[in-house]
Amino acid sequence: MAALLELRNVSARYGPVRALHGVSLSVEEGQIVAVLGANGAGKTTTLRAVSGTVRRDGELRFAGKALGGSGPETVARLGIAHVPEGRGTFAELTVWENLRLGAINRRGKLDDDFARVLDYFPWLEDRKHQQAGTLSGGEQQMLALARAFMQRPRLLLLDEPSLGLAPILVTEIFRIIKELNEHEGLTVLVVEQNAHIALQLAQVAYVLEVGRVALSGPSAELQEHESVRRSYLGY
Amino acid sequence: MPVLAGLAAACVFLVVGCLSSSIFAQQTVAGLAQGVIFSSLALSLVLIYRATEVINFAQGEMAMATTYVAYQLTLWGVTYWLAFFLTLGIAFVLGVVVQLAVIRPIQHSVIAVVIVTIGLFILIDGVVSWIWGADLKFMPAPFGKTTYHVGAVTVARQDIGTLIVSILSVFLLWMLFKFTRLGLAMRAAALRPASAALVGIRVNWMLAIGWGLAAVLGAVAGLMTEPAQFVLQPTMMQAILLYAFAAAVLGGLESPAGAVVGGLALGVFLNLVGQYVGFATSELRLPIAFAVLLGVLLLKPTGIFGHKKVRRV
Repeated sequence: MAALLELRNVSARYGPVRALHGVSLSVEEGQIVAVLGANGAGKTTTLRAVSGTVRRDGELRFAGKALGGSGPETVARLGIAHVPEGRGTFAELTVWENLRLGAINRRGKLDDDFARVLDYFPWLEDRKHQQAGTLSGGEQQMLALARAFMQRPRLLLLDEPSLGLAPILVTEIFRIIKELNEHEGLTVLVVEQNAHIALQLAQVAYVLEVGRVALSGPSAELQEHESVRRSYLGY
Repeated sequence: MPVLAGLAAACVFLVVGCLSSSIFAQQTVAGLAQGVIFSSLALSLVLIYRATEVINFAQGEMAMATTYVAYQLTLWGVTYWLAFFLTLGIAFVLGVVVQLAVIRPIQHSVIAVVIVTIGLFILIDGVVSWIWGADLKFMPAPFGKTTYHVGAVTVARQDIGTLIVSILSVFLLWMLFKFTRLGLAMRAAALRPASAALVGIRVNWMLAIGWGLAAVLGAVAGLMTEPAQFVLQPTMMQAILLYAFAAAVLGGLESPAGAVVGGLALGVFLNLVGQYVGFATSELRLPIAFAVLLGVLLLKPTGIFGHKKVRRV
């Protein structure tokens, strides 16, 4: 079976600076795949290469289609939801408007979509008229997940969902991601510094070092891997 | 809160004044009718400022040009109100085309956009004078010359009509932004272009439509200015653009509500000062407007409705 997302020898650059040097990875439908690595290893850039928010070369295929030179608007319309660093919250708009923006390209009633989102994030109902910028960091992360879910994506790109959050919130957010994956069949490509929790969540993981894939394999194997343990898990 | 209290106090002052003096009431209504024109043009400046972060110095001239289009349509025998609505459509197209053709290619540089809008000012002024000539033109009056008498107060139908048309167009625009999918997409694109692109909004198109809507609002201001001045000439919007700047900055430059309130307040204030302050002749209107602006900015640098920008580092 062909993978849902396939990157082959993808490189990317910010102006003259190359951030990715030929990354190859694949994500099967229904999987959670983690990308690990230190700061500056190219994790964020990998996601940005997929969503078209950075200049990239190489072969990118999504659901059999070449992404080629597609920009972010087109990639989003193909069914890829990207929750970027900083969560992409529209801080000046209300919680409800943020959710509505997830489904901005669909006409008609969205009652079913809202109901489905509330199944996972029931507290959003009470806060819907609140300005999104006034939510706490953890709430904004959940709102970003909910907004991405409103996009009805085939693939969710998550950039550091644990960043700046208290451990208890991190656990909560990863539990919801797991639920979305199991109950809704959502495919997830998640970038994470917290290797410990990411390896528990994902079935497959890639370790990036200076813009290249250094290691990859099933999470269970990587967890046992000597250098991963020493560099990223710290024991 | 002190802002709202101040506005409420000003409203009470106006109401009491209107009830106790018919001249005061007359000047207030006329001031509102002038002010609402400042409001429309100020709001179109704010729309573009929010989306593109520049002041469109050509906004007034675009409004003037579209008013000439309406004039041409009436010359061809189109009735006033049909010409009015056709002109709004043409204004929309003009705004979109200006954004696509001359603003988009240089939009990465704020200073370049500012200079291009100044260039557009001169270009439009020249083209209109070339096509229609710089002499005065006359157009049919949309509201007639009727006046109404409410007690001892005389109110021109012209003023009432201007108020209704302008407020209605501002209201419709507000509805569009607040309650429609397109409006939400436009707000998102203006506020956070990168995030908007990630949810699949075509950001560049939204900016172009924003310029189109601003031009429509400007056209309303132009079409309402013409009957107030009774004549059409290429310079008709230049002073009004300056008042609209003052109104927009007064309101906070990023605040649509501020632009509307700022315009109305300026219109009423100038009329009342002209009536009751002996030395304030019509030559002093513009200096007085800017003195008010300076005063407000000294007290509240962000304008009446502006917020301090908080940047996280």
